[in-house]
Amino acid sequence: MCGIAGLIHRGKSSNVGEELQSMLQALKHRGPDSTGYALYAENDGQNFIMRFKVGENVGEGSTSVNEDASVYDGRKKLVDKNLSELGATIVKEEKLTPYSYRYEIKYDKDLMDFSKKIESVEMVEILSIGKSLELIKDLGDAKTVCERYNLDKVQGTHGIGHARMATESGVDIKSAHPFWGYPFADVSVVHNGQLTNYWNNRRALENKGMRFMSECDSELIAVFLAEKMRNGATLEEGMKESLTGLDGVFTYFVATKDSLGMAKDTMAAKPLVLYESDDLVAMGSEEIAIRSILPQEITTYDPFDGEVKVWQI
Amino acid sequence: MANLKTDQKKTKAQSMGMHTEVLKGKTQQKFFNPDEAENFYYWGTYDVDFNKRTELDVKDLDCKEANKKIEELMSEGFGTIVIKNPQGKHSLGVGILNKLNLIFEGSLGYFGVGSIDGPMVRVNGRVGWSCAENMMAGKVVIEKNAGSCFGAAIRGGDLVCKGSVGARTGIDQKGGSIIVGGDAGAFTGFMMQRGRIVILGDVGINLGDSMYDGTIYVGGKIGSFGSDAIEAPMTKNDIDWLNRKLKVAEIGDNFDVSKMTKVVAGKKLWNYDALEPTEKKGAI
Repeated sequence: MCGIAGLIHRGKSSNVGEELQSMLQALKHRGPDSTGYALYAENDGQNFIMRFKVGENVGEGSTSVNEDASVYDGRKKLVDKNLSELGATIVKEEKLTPYSYRYEIKYDKDLMDFSKKIESVEMVEILSIGKSLELIKDLGDAKTVCERYNLDKVQGTHGIGHARMATESGVDIKSAHPFWGYPFADVSVVHNGQLTNYWNNRRALENKGMRFMSECDSELIAVFLAEKMRNGATLEEGMKESLTGLDGVFTYFVATKDSLGMAKDTMAAKPLVLYESDDLVAMGSEEIAIRSILPQEITTYDPFDGEVKVWQI
Repeated sequence: MANLKTDQKKTKAQSMGMHTEVLKGKTQQKFFNPDEAENFYYWGTYDVDFNKRTELDVKDLDCKEANKKIEELMSEGFGTIVIKNPQGKHSLGVGILNKLNLIFEGSLGYFGVGSIDGPMVRVNGRVGWSCAENMMAGKVVIEKNAGSCFGAAIRGGDLVCKGSVGARTGIDQKGGSIIVGGDAGAFTGFMMQRGRIVILGDVGINLGDSMYDGTIYVGGKIGSFGSDAIEAPMTKNDIDWLNRKLKVAEIGDNFDVSKMTKVVAGKKLWNYDALEPTEKKGAI
């Protein structure tokens, strides 16, 4: 089933970490396996923020294999070595859990080459790279993940999130949403639905040099949009092409450093409720997600089939 | 697997465990007998007084608690109940088989007022997916917008949305009327079997797809017709009925119903019995 939520404050910042936590917690019944956040935070914009994992969470419900903590340390050292070889400088590093890190780095060359080099280390996956994107995903409900990564104080303009019920791939971080729009900085995607032409599209995109880290069908949306943008399409153009390029049922959100978009398949088979005002857009799989941050009476609506919308901050 | 050769009295399916008992005779349906009217009892109903009014704040109640409370209030004779702070909760006001004035001061989530038989409901807000699903009788008025599957499988009554509705409105409709003041999404009237749908605004693609019967009236643009849905001429009866119904629905003042498009089933897709084998092939 899965639940998705997103919001964008136009013209101001807010406590998006806490707001998105409330929205996703209200959707917990739609997806208890894992939760993910893509928050567009107030950073200085000077350096890249890279979030990556060197292993999996092997807690309750996980389908991953247990590994010794020393293995994680070994992989982290290899990542540091590769960063050095790439000419990147680590400005600040934080160990968030035994298996995940947040680095601030100085780097000004090609992000695709960069990503390939970092991810050449076994089990290492870049969760996100960007100058404002903070992408966090882990096993557990919204509150658990929020507390684990101290997200409740994150200030920013917008964000998207996902409460996952694992159906077509494992209960692990690599299959959790959001997905980073590799190799584009600050692009993230969450999805509710099923894509039925995943393998055909995946083979075609891999032949064009795009990378997939999981076997989760939703990752295809991020890669599909990234490939369109790589060829010069705007975000909105890429999203409109996805309505025919992707087969199946879907409602998905995509966010960039200064925008938030939604797309709904031509069958309108997956739910979405939307609230829109001059200074705030909030949307989620169910109205209770929006009500968790806007309890007063408001006017909401369901976007129609085949609808694509993009809002700027 | 059961031994089919030695189990002669059962059908093959029963022997394989597909039925737990042999069905025979009448079902447990109870039919109304006017001679026994005094003793007739419709399960789950209460004598209520419409002038006896109360308010119920459901802010801190879950849907089960709220619905239980509504039932308790009906059992105490309250005929007008105002629900405060529904805040998009799911499944509120379901299974009410009573005459009742039920007013929601706010929006409902999924499956609001489902499986009702008789109450007059007003929602001063929006409703989520599958509002009034399986409604048997009564009237439901939504002041704002509605989600998908609005009025799924309703069998009777009037279901009104003054705003716009999502996809698959009136899916599997078996009777009653669905009236929408705004636009409707894709697959409106999908597989409808009877009843009427009125959309004053535009509708999405595949209108009336695979409909068996019933009638759809559209005031605006039509995205596309679905399989076996065809346009039919408007008659005076249609116009009279629409004018009457819009008045009841409290929408469409001065709307020129004579310019609406009437859509019915072509009856080539499903009504196989009336077709020759070669025609069936063509219809499919």
